[in-house]
Amino acid sequence: MTSLYEEISTPPAGDVPVRRVTINVNGQARTVDVEPRLLLAHLIRQGLKLTGTHTGCDTTNCGACTVLFDGRPIKSCTMFAVQADGHKVETVESLASASELHPIQEGFKEKHGLQCGFCTPGMMMAAKALLERNLNPTEDEIRWAISGNLCRCTGYQNIVKAILWAAEKMRAESK
Amino acid sequence: MYPSRFKYESPKTLADAIALLDSGAGETKVLAGGQSLVPMMKLRFAFPGTVVDINNIPDLNYHRFDSDGTLRIGALCRHEDLEHSDVIAKGQPTIAAAAPLVADPIVRTRGTFVGSLCHADPQGDWAAVMIALGGRVVVQGPKGKREIAMKDFVLGPFQTALEFNEIAIEAVIPAPAGQARGGYLKLERRVGDFATASVAVALEITGGKVVRAGIAMAGVGGKTIDARDAASSLVGQALTEANIATVAAAVAAVAEPRSDHRGSSDYKRQIIRTFVTRILTSIANSTKKAA
Amino acid sequence: MPLDEIKIGGMGASRRRVEDNRFIRGKGNYVDDIVLPDMLHMEILRSPVAHARIKSIDVSKAWDTPGVRLVLTGEMMAARNLAWMPTLSYDTQAVLATDKVRFQGQEVCAVIADDPYIAKDACAKIVVEYEILPAIVNPLQAADPASVLIRDDKENQPGNKVFDWEIGDKAGTDKAFAAADKISKIELHYPRTHPSPLECCGSIADYDRATGKLTVYMTSQAPHIVRAAVALVAELPEHQIRIVSPDIGGGFGNKVPIYPGYVISILASILTEKPVKWIEDKTGNLISTGFGRDVYLKGELALRKDGRILGVRMNTVSDHGAFFSDAQPSKFKIGLMHSAFACYDIPVAHMMSTGYYTNKAPGGVAYRCSFRVTEAMFFQERMVQAAADDLGMDQAEFRRINFVKDDEFPHRTAFGFLTDSGQYGKCLDIGLEAIGYKNFAKEKAEAASRGRLLGIGISTMTEPLGAGNSREYDILGIKMFDSAELRVHMSGKALLRTGAKSQGQGHETTWAQIVTHELGIPAEDIVVEEGDTDTAPFGMGTYASRSTPVAGAAVAMVARKIRAKARKIAAHLLEVSEEDIEWELGRFYVRSNQDRGVTIQECAMAAYSNMPDGMEPGLENNAYYDPPNLTWPFACYIAKVEIDPETGVWDVLQFVAVDDCGVRINPMIVEGQIMGGLTEAYAMANMQYITYDEEGNCIGANYMDFLLPTAWETPGFELYEVVTPCPHHPIGAKGVGECATVGGPAAFVNAVMDALKDKGVRNIDMPLMPNRVYEALTTGNDVYGMPPVRVGN
Repeated sequence: MTSLYEEISTPPAGDVPVRRVTINVNGQARTVDVEPRLLLAHLIRQGLKLTGTHTGCDTTNCGACTVLFDGRPIKSCTMFAVQADGHKVETVESLASASELHPIQEGFKEKHGLQCGFCTPGMMMAAKALLERNLNPTEDEIRWAISGNLCRCTGYQNIVKAILWAAEKMRAESK
Repeated sequence: MYPSRFKYESPKTLADAIALLDSGAGETKVLAGGQSLVPMMKLRFAFPGTVVDINNIPDLNYHRFDSDGTLRIGALCRHEDLEHSDVIAKGQPTIAAAAPLVADPIVRTRGTFVGSLCHADPQGDWAAVMIALGGRVVVQGPKGKREIAMKDFVLGPFQTALEFNEIAIEAVIPAPAGQARGGYLKLERRVGDFATASVAVALEITGGKVVRAGIAMAGVGGKTIDARDAASSLVGQALTEANIATVAAAVAAVAEPRSDHRGSSDYKRQIIRTFVTRILTSIANSTKKAA
Repeated sequence: MPLDEIKIGGMGASRRRVEDNRFIRGKGNYVDDIVLPDMLHMEILRSPVAHARIKSIDVSKAWDTPGVRLVLTGEMMAARNLAWMPTLSYDTQAVLATDKVRFQGQEVCAVIADDPYIAKDACAKIVVEYEILPAIVNPLQAADPASVLIRDDKENQPGNKVFDWEIGDKAGTDKAFAAADKISKIELHYPRTHPSPLECCGSIADYDRATGKLTVYMTSQAPHIVRAAVALVAELPEHQIRIVSPDIGGGFGNKVPIYPGYVISILASILTEKPVKWIEDKTGNLISTGFGRDVYLKGELALRKDGRILGVRMNTVSDHGAFFSDAQPSKFKIGLMHSAFACYDIPVAHMMSTGYYTNKAPGGVAYRCSFRVTEAMFFQERMVQAAADDLGMDQAEFRRINFVKDDEFPHRTAFGFLTDSGQYGKCLDIGLEAIGYKNFAKEKAEAASRGRLLGIGISTMTEPLGAGNSREYDILGIKMFDSAELRVHMSGKALLRTGAKSQGQGHETTWAQIVTHELGIPAEDIVVEEGDTDTAPFGMGTYASRSTPVAGAAVAMVARKIRAKARKIAAHLLEVSEEDIEWELGRFYVRSNQDRGVTIQECAMAAYSNMPDGMEPGLENNAYYDPPNLTWPFACYIAKVEIDPETGVWDVLQFVAVDDCGVRINPMIVEGQIMGGLTEAYAMANMQYITYDEEGNCIGANYMDFLLPTAWETPGFELYEVVTPCPHHPIGAKGVGECATVGGPAAFVNAVMDALKDKGVRNIDMPLMPNRVYEALTTGNDVYGMPPVRVGN
């Protein structure tokens, strides 16, 4: 058990309520004391130092903060860390194994699906969620599935190609 | 980006949740999907003293048709559950048409149908659907359950008939008298945009004739517009090009759009007219095909 | 066996990106990822109103908030001479407001606290009393002598005008117009929009009192310019300032200016003696940082009846917001607007340009604009469309007969630029073929039978990139060269540093490819670094598509210097004279005995262990490149759209892009830049803009109102390539980063206008939202978008 509250903010004097939560993050149980108002995205980035998940807007539009919550993609800026107590969170850092990249990561590199890299972690997690439900998506289905993730650099065309490439590789590997 | 401080409770039973609301003196807010509440708290437009998270209460995440055809949607049914549901696709076309158009696919994994009704955003998609379907909201408080017709549920922008110590636990769509037909069209400039205008159409058809018609609009007034009077002129008839045009014009006439940077009020009425025509025409064509 | 240049990652290879290795793992190093010990967090309180006198500021409750370390007001900044700072256009900009606020979102106070949540809490407790003044939201209001004066802080500023500027030959142009068979006119507004990279701006300022050194991690496309400016503004010695631009999540020109937040964070670090991190939120970014465009055009073309353009007249009025802070070559008040019409052979032209202050965020030169070339080319292609329509001529043929022909280079444009290369007609041919131009009438008729309106829009342009030559170009007096420093280690591996700063363009991948091309060292053996002013050679940064033309040239030049020294070493190793040495990729050999040779790696080793007598050891050098001229890529973009006349919604059926950016270092990356730029063009044409209401409230200060297209709306793009090498660039490259954003919007707009031609509509201002298209097609009237928008009945 690790208490990480101190890394997030100095405990203010007095009666600020704190809550102890245990969240399975990337396969590891993490226990933290948090203020209820702490956003899950901030716990991930500042508390747990997993800075691959990014924040890019303040109106739940851009999706740069997308992680998997019990296997489904969510915008981690729109959930309080306390809500994740007892749940499973996966971030971009969980995609690669010790020795291998995930086919989605390989696809993004192979097909030039990123430029500045800021939207990329959220985009890849949304792609992972899609491919877990549908390993043979059409281009339209891909564009629909990532329509909650904004990108300014690529124009999306290569992102779609990257996900198609990953799907093909994953289909081949599952045989 | 940073909400103000609040107390957080996550009750494990509905009774506990209601008790928390009851003792909260109106300073509590229920947290279900959070996709409307949390953004408002981050911008500090909402700052409840206590947030009551109902996500840990079991048996609230369901949607099902009863044997008599009544559709029940539980408080924690997520938008995407409806979007991907076979029974909805088969049995409730208005909901099936609207579900993919709510927010964006990531928001839809958390946001809830019932929560959206309680948020009562005048541009909300589900409120228009519920009005068109003649649905009801089941709420529960310390004194027990009651049902509120959707048309009485929303009192104004972001205001519902919920008492401070009540939670909405279910939405009910009455069993259709005939075959359920319907559609939903929304003019959004991009995925996740507010609706410039949207229309929900819910018909029930028996023997090629309309036995019930509900039409409602969002984005064209300070609240969801119920166009049931305009729609009622279809009852007893088969859909024809002529009566579709009449209804479309009548529905557009009861819209109350404001001119703004999304368009003039005339433009928004035009959208309504077009959407009603297209939905009804599509229903007419598929009814003919089936016949 | 000579090395295969593509295999070792040289020029022309679609080398997969080095940067990706960390980004796909979530191991990027953006400013907000950086944590320094004892770091504090800064939040800025912004003005809710557009124009007001500040009557009082009460920060007492903010100071009393536990966890707050410092609260800064304009008064405190003024006591340190930091309430105002110079801009890159020789104006001044408020850092924290003192007397007035002059745009909604302007910085008023700053709170520095232990964490950003507490900083925000404290900001919310600051009470500011405003006395509201009328807000000016467009240049007409600004020009009205009865309007309120915005910049009453300046001496000798009697009204709201920023500048008058003029270029060209008025007398000659007037003559040409007098002799014209027809004069074609158009008026339009290129609306305010915003680069809006996904990552917001931010800085971590760390002043070390013990050493006197200031380190600032920041989102900057031009760290050396920042160092120079900080030395000036903060009065700290330049050698004690280190600016580090780590990974940047998109720039597009938004991260060139020096924002108040950076300056305040620096002062806060000095005062608190701790590192201070400031990361703005999206609202702060959209409402206050460097926007793009907001220029009005009155354009006229003098035409001969056979379709030749005899003269161009342009009158532009630009809205600069509350402070004139454009980052552009100092000689040109409206950037390179006068590059308009460079691809057409026109004898004479005249432009007048006026700029105004308004109660809006400062800026204008940003968003992949190549210094207002986005405006220039949009205006050009809209004027060309109108002229072709007025003459009853085909859009493509009108352009073709006016193009500068392939054998007419070098060509002096009517506004004085010198273009040097291009195959404009060929690009147009490829585009027309790909879009099915010949068959379009049939397609249009078929769509009409379904009740849909089809249109084709063409946009052709050549644009000036690679600013620029030291004779004409400078920013704040600093000339616009760029630099590269190359160190080859004894094993033949290398380290390259440049004065550029990638924000996604892939320099770590592409600069190495240039070195590979020149030296034959495999690209994977070359590491590229940028962005740290302590280690990088001085450069003017990356924006305006200038890096391939200028920094890329410097890379080629420094590699050639290395090769020249290596040649001497090779001669020494092979025991022949230098004249007997030949070079092939990666290897020197004896001309008379080709089997006798040494690799570049062997030369590198020898530079440390077996030097010729009298030669300095080591194998490293640098190069500063002052470009002899701008480069001139050309593009032909063609869009085919379908309008639903009952709703005004339009879809892109097909989009063809033919780009000639000279030699392509990495084709995959070039295509990525083009697709990204076309998406931004689509965004501006379709949905993306910032506007204001009568009170100066900003509509477009968050992603609910400022619309970026998602993967669902964004069309697909078909890309084609023509290569006309740049005659003066060491590797023949021209640059491409902004071409699509420059040329793209007109293709979409011209297509919609083409579909509406029969309705008598000449212009719909961007964005062509469905309601605007519907209004135009039902009334036959033009639709303009000058703010304020009115909310009414």
